[in-house]
Amino acid sequence: MTAVESTTAKSANGMTETLVTIQVDGRPVSIPEGGTILDACSKAGVSTPTLCYAENLTPVNVCRVCVVEVENSRTLVPSCSRVAEEGMVVQTDSERVRHSRKMVIEFLDTSVDLSQTTAPTSNEAGGRNLADWAAEYGADSSRYGPAPQTMDEEVKIQDNLYIRDYDKCVLCYKCVEACGDDAQHTFAIAVSGRGFGARISTEFDVSLPDSACVYCGNCVAVCPTNALQFKTEFDLREANNWREEEQSVTRTVCSYCGVGCNLELHVQDDTIVKVTSPNDHSVTSGHLCIKGRFGWQYVQPTIQRKPS
Amino acid sequence: MADLHLTADRATTAESVAVDAALAAIGVDSALVMEDERLVRGGTHRRHARRHALLPALHALQTESGWISPGGLNYVAEVLQVPPAEAYGVASFYEMFRVDEAPGHDDDVVHVCVDAPCLEFAEAKIASLEAEGKHVHRSPCLGQCDRANANDGPALFIQGRQKANSVPADAPSLAGELWPLPQKHEPGLKLLKRVGRVDPTSLDSYVAMDGYKALARAFELGAEQVIEEVATSGLMGRGGAAFPTGIKWRGVAGADGEQKHIVANADESEPGTFKDRTIMENDPFALIEAMTIAGFAVGATKGWIYIRGEYPLATARLESAIEQARAAGFLGTAIAGAKSISFDLEVRRGAGAYICGEETALFNSLEGFRGEPRQKPPFPTTHGLFQQPTAINNPETLLNVLDIVTDGGAAYAASGTEGSNGQKLFCLSGHVTAPGTYEVEFGPTLREMIDVAGGVTGGELKAVLLGGAAGSFVGPDLFDMPLTMEATRAAGASLGSGVIMAFNEHTDFEAVCIRIAEFFKNESCGQCVPCRVGAVRQHELLIRSKGKVMNGELQLLEDMDRVMKDASICGLGHTASTAVRSAISLGLIGAN
Ligand SMILES: Cc1cc2nc3c(=O)[nH]c(=O)nc-3n(C[C@H](O)[C@H](O)[C@H](O)COP(=O)(O)O)c2cc1C
Ligand code: SF4
Ligand code: SF4
Ligand code: SF4
Ligand code: FES
Repeated sequence: MTAVESTTAKSANGMTETLVTIQVDGRPVSIPEGGTILDACSKAGVSTPTLCYAENLTPVNVCRVCVVEVENSRTLVPSCSRVAEEGMVVQTDSERVRHSRKMVIEFLDTSVDLSQTTAPTSNEAGGRNLADWAAEYGADSSRYGPAPQTMDEEVKIQDNLYIRDYDKCVLCYKCVEACGDDAQHTFAIAVSGRGFGARISTEFDVSLPDSACVYCGNCVAVCPTNALQFKTEFDLREANNWREEEQSVTRTVCSYCGVGCNLELHVQDDTIVKVTSPNDHSVTSGHLCIKGRFGWQYVQPTIQRKPS
Repeated sequence: MADLHLTADRATTAESVAVDAALAAIGVDSALVMEDERLVRGGTHRRHARRHALLPALHALQTESGWISPGGLNYVAEVLQVPPAEAYGVASFYEMFRVDEAPGHDDDVVHVCVDAPCLEFAEAKIASLEAEGKHVHRSPCLGQCDRANANDGPALFIQGRQKANSVPADAPSLAGELWPLPQKHEPGLKLLKRVGRVDPTSLDSYVAMDGYKALARAFELGAEQVIEEVATSGLMGRGGAAFPTGIKWRGVAGADGEQKHIVANADESEPGTFKDRTIMENDPFALIEAMTIAGFAVGATKGWIYIRGEYPLATARLESAIEQARAAGFLGTAIAGAKSISFDLEVRRGAGAYICGEETALFNSLEGFRGEPRQKPPFPTTHGLFQQPTAINNPETLLNVLDIVTDGGAAYAASGTEGSNGQKLFCLSGHVTAPGTYEVEFGPTLREMIDVAGGVTGGELKAVLLGGAAGSFVGPDLFDMPLTMEATRAAGASLGSGVIMAFNEHTDFEAVCIRIAEFFKNESCGQCVPCRVGAVRQHELLIRSKGKVMNGELQLLEDMDRVMKDASICGLGHTASTAVRSAISLGLIGAN
């Protein structure tokens, strides 16, 4: 054991914080005590693939795509949840790490429709998406026989606000967390079943309108795979008319009440196609209620909101 | 109930009565809960406070209605203030709970074991049961591997509808017969010394055979000295991971926390394992006394026995033993006359899930959550049951403590071998003359153990599955290996939970291995990607390689094994490929 030097630094809010220093790929990195290995990787400028991790949710460390090698640990370690300890020696690009990350991507690619997992699945803004990581690690999904078992789910369209396409679900638990303890406290959805048969579900798979869902859309906002999708986006994609590159994003403040949630209006062809909220916003942390998320028809009275 | 949104389905009166009774049995008053809940609003704490009652409530529903009906689930959700989606997520996790549709008829469900060694007799039995119109469920290992043979067929467990669950083979025991120990009662027996001789339904009989002497001795030694003796003994856990018990107990004793727990991990679902059932059915007071000593040593006042749902006789014997011990002052406050010491015990039943034997999955299951393992650290010694300091041990591990306390840790350490101290139970099954639970002082070789059980039947011994489905096959080159922790480790094998499953030369190893792969596929909790998908891909690979020489597939199998070992959350994923790959190395499959 090396002696622990008590290093301190001023944090943004002026409080004194203790720092811990770990080695990431041979370079020392110091982060505030309590931070994770992933935080240290970000600080060191090391890009890490992530799927189940989100800065506004409690880590569940289930996807295992972010694993790193920690000296003296028998197995690899999920960087998103493991708290950095003084003196830890971490490898993020060893053969073991590359192998496990590659296999996780192959496993997901053979069982789930990842075609719309386009969001950056990395710890850096504007970072690489899953396809980039697949290329980086040389993932080869063709070697699993003629017909590997897949999620094999039909799209659930039960209302006019959002759809659920569990064929695209990687079971990252993010929607469950957003609906539950981490944001909404509605608990309309949970993980059901076991093993490969595990699915995100309401009780007895009752339809969303029959469930506890209050249509805040927070689950949609956190879903990394587009398994949960705003109906507006789904319809445009079905019509082959979803053109994300051409969309503009306008930031505004929700006018329904005095809380002051920031909204990002995504606009295509002068029409609002979805509403999000910035993750780093101090009021919302990315979460909204039904009014801010879906209540924009007054801006655009032409759009029909009645359930189909 | 302002906060919970429930569908319109309502429980039948019989369902709500059954749930209320199950809750009352564990000290949760449903009417009272609903009364004060009207006054309290929201919050995580409230969702968790009574959640541990969820599994008992679901058991009651399943027994009453033959399934978890939407109305019944709503009632449980309302009474316990658990969101219905979460309650459904829990119910649908377990093998013994049916959530898809109401049973078509009122019959019981006959669970037929389809794991080796029952495997070779299973399909014939299933066909004959189905011909009789029985509702059959193909079950993973039922922990009765000693009973599988050509005459009696595979192990059975009957899940009763509106009546208690039962095991047909328990009939003689229920009629009061003592279970015949397959081994002679030699003076050397320690763990099994009372088995087959003591009346398991009588505290007096237990006390007459030296029962509760160890607890008295523990009080004389004092808590710290008990831990010292256990540490000196070198006792290592018998649940599979072989962790030193003394270190575990010291950790719990030194951990901060008002409430600490002792948990006996009696989930016993590793295929080939049935030793804990032998103990619990035939000498239940011994486990209770050992847990009481453990509680005293680490400063825990609460003990739990988490027992697999398919062990009705052991459950009944333990529950009756706990009641008798409590009535006689051996449990409760001021136990055995020691004024300042309290310790009490509760039995909780699992509901069919191998993964719930993994210690942190067990905690989640007992707390009323899905049986998903937790990432470690933190460890159970500081963050165990209800996030409180917990010593969790296998029943066999705990039983060793009685002799350690009575004879001293040094005497225990002097027995056995250099790296494996004391006594060990082995579960012999498969192609041996007299399958059963056998006790030896560490030292005999694999071949000697098979001889103790009367030798191989039906031909030459071809391979042995050592340590269960999570263990590995060993071939003739290791038949003379001593069954110690050190020798098995050096050979790249493991004793695991003490499984010795013998296979003769006529075995269909392909069928055995495909079933092992299917077992892991079915039993994965599904939480982490490497195991959830890897176990399926491994099963697919074995099926498409059937009858073929495995060449190109070997690299893929190795790649999958590596990610499951390296990146899975728990031991299930870590070991899901071990047996299959060992079978390939030995040429048992993939080489024809
Ligand atoms: C998938 C899985 C299943 C397990 N099942 C059991 C079990 O049924 N009984 C048991 O005692 N330990 C089981 N274990 C091991 C426990 O996690 C734990 O190590 C053990 O209960 C500790 O007790 P011990 O130190 O006395 O062995 C299992 C582990 C895994 C990964
Ligand atoms: S929309 Fe909101 S309430 Fe409905 S499921 Fe998603 S997170 Fe839960
Ligand atoms: S629906 Fe989306 S957010 Fe929810 S578990 Fe699946 S992939 Fe994750
Ligand atoms: S390794 Fe398997 S059983 Fe263990 S947590 Fe992961 S999915 Fe669940
Ligand atoms: S991002 Fe770390 S395990 Fe999923």
